[in-house]
Amino acid sequence: MTKPEGVLHTPMEKPVASETATTSGTKSLMHEQEAVSRSVTNPSQSSLRPRFRFSDFVAEKLILLTSLGSLGFIVLIFAFVFREASSLFFDPLIRMEVSWGNLLSSTWQPVSDEAKYGLLPLLAGTFKVTVIAVLIGAPIAVLSALFTATLAPKWARETMKPAIEILAGFPSIVIGFFALTTLASIIQSLTGTVFRLNAFVGGLALSFAVIPIIYTISEDALTAIPKSFREASLALGASRAQTAFRVLLPAATPGIFAAILLGIGRAFGETMIVLMATGNAPMLSFGPFEPVRTMTATIGAEMAEVVFGDSHYSVLFLIGLILFMFTFIINGIAEFGIRQRLLKRFQGAS
Amino acid sequence: MQTSASSVESRESSTLTPPRLDTIVVALAGFSAVLIVAIVLFILSDITLGGMERLTWEFLSAEPRHGMTEGGIFPAIFGTFLLVIIMSVAGVPVGTVTAIYLAEYAREGSLVAKLIRFAVKTLAGVPAIVFGLFGLGFFIQFVGTGMDQALSGGETLKWGQPNILWASLTMALLTLPVVIVSVEESLKAVPREIREASFALGATRWQTIWRVILPNSLTGILTGGILAVSRGAGEVAPILFTGAAYFLPHLPTSLSDQFMELGYHIYIMATQSVDVEATKPLQYSTTLVLLLLTFALNFSAIFLRYRVRMRLQAS
Repeated sequence: MTKPEGVLHTPMEKPVASETATTSGTKSLMHEQEAVSRSVTNPSQSSLRPRFRFSDFVAEKLILLTSLGSLGFIVLIFAFVFREASSLFFDPLIRMEVSWGNLLSSTWQPVSDEAKYGLLPLLAGTFKVTVIAVLIGAPIAVLSALFTATLAPKWARETMKPAIEILAGFPSIVIGFFALTTLASIIQSLTGTVFRLNAFVGGLALSFAVIPIIYTISEDALTAIPKSFREASLALGASRAQTAFRVLLPAATPGIFAAILLGIGRAFGETMIVLMATGNAPMLSFGPFEPVRTMTATIGAEMAEVVFGDSHYSVLFLIGLILFMFTFIINGIAEFGIRQRLLKRFQGAS
Repeated sequence: MQTSASSVESRESSTLTPPRLDTIVVALAGFSAVLIVAIVLFILSDITLGGMERLTWEFLSAEPRHGMTEGGIFPAIFGTFLLVIIMSVAGVPVGTVTAIYLAEYAREGSLVAKLIRFAVKTLAGVPAIVFGLFGLGFFIQFVGTGMDQALSGGETLKWGQPNILWASLTMALLTLPVVIVSVEESLKAVPREIREASFALGATRWQTIWRVILPNSLTGILTGGILAVSRGAGEVAPILFTGAAYFLPHLPTSLSDQFMELGYHIYIMATQSVDVEATKPLQYSTTLVLLLLTFALNFSAIFLRYRVRMRLQAS
């Protein structure tokens, strides 16, 4: 299709075409030099460069524009969640109804004559369930990642991979349903708690959702360690277990830390599991076997029943804003604070 | 388990750690791995055993009856399929184009590429319920209400309320990172020689992408789409208040209709129905259907990916 086009240039177009050809020619020459000088530092860069064309230029810009969409969506999400919550800050009527003192109180009673929007019990509930989930999930996930990445025979590794994939593939509603119907009864018969659904049941179920994330990223970090670490340790006479726990685990610490952070982010933002398994009582309590309600579950349970634009609606969006910003920060730390440093460390080492 | 060679090795190194401690920590690590497999098997068997009995053709093809204590889940299956189809039509092209940019155009380490990668990672980390809030605030309240204003002067409420279009678009946004990551991986798996051969023949970059690279990574794009569908079919939080309905007498016929969905159906039956115990067998069966659906999708994605890798190794 393109070849005939090149041959059938009309005379009028010709000078223009040749002009662009020469400019693109010099351009490609410059690129060539660039490429040559770069290929010394970066062998992956190809020295064969494609021809320049106007339609290509348009295609590239369109593709770039679409790609910037994901960036735009992040901005849009923040902007619109903030927009719906903003009447809490700017609307004088709602300001009167929902004062800072109200938001920081310890009672959440949005549907009463004098609505109370104390966020503390919800924050405490989220915190409690997240801590339980990570305390249970992280050791299991990190230890089994260490086991499969460094100690286990090949067949064990091959068994773990599909198991983790299946666990990661469980929709959260399935884990929530399992927690609600089966897990809660088991825990109650084991511990004899008063409340069948409580923070512990929710946290335990949530750990099933957190384990695949922590496991996968920890295993990546462990397998990314240069072979020389392991070989040096074994050559010095350390056993395989000593190598795993004293050399490989410390070397992968930043990656494992990132994995746990992302696990926290996941636990913090999960909705359906906690909505079904924690008992949904917005009370400020500290025992692990008390029913709690998390921030996500509050939005999920109450948003369908609010009047658009009233104070309850705005407070639910404020909770969403807190969730968004928290996960944003967690991901930022995990990515830029830790993983980049880890990459640098190993690139320096190998 | 220990061979004679390694026992000699550990005896010699006993000055560092007593071998008994070694065995304990290794056993603990192995136990954790076994525990994960046990959890998976337990959940699988619990759902399967609980749901097998009621899983009949009638259950899959009939409508719910008697306040959902009898009958089937056909409207929920239908709604789930409709949701993921609209979601894919909206999300997969955008995700594929972004992946093309990241894999083919962006220079590794350039600011734009870094920004887009960060956005994709952030998008993947945003809680599902926040996507639901965004769908409500943006699609329903902003776009939908705006459309109603423009079309009928705000007299009829058609688009400014939850429906399947807004729910699908919300879900498309949520699954976008899944598509991008998966497609980018498959684009990067296309050997460099193929690109260079195309360039050497005088093809431009876009021609190379459109005629050479994309046909070579079609299975990869399909894999990305399937993984996104699997994720979308299992998420409930984003559609809680953007379009899913408790019970509808009719199937949705237009984009502005609400719909029933499998995950939401489970949630409603398990927590909100009048007699939770009476619907328990139905809850189990519905969960089993959802699980089988997501597994079928995931396994076909794994299979496709495996085939692509085999082919690449062969060539």
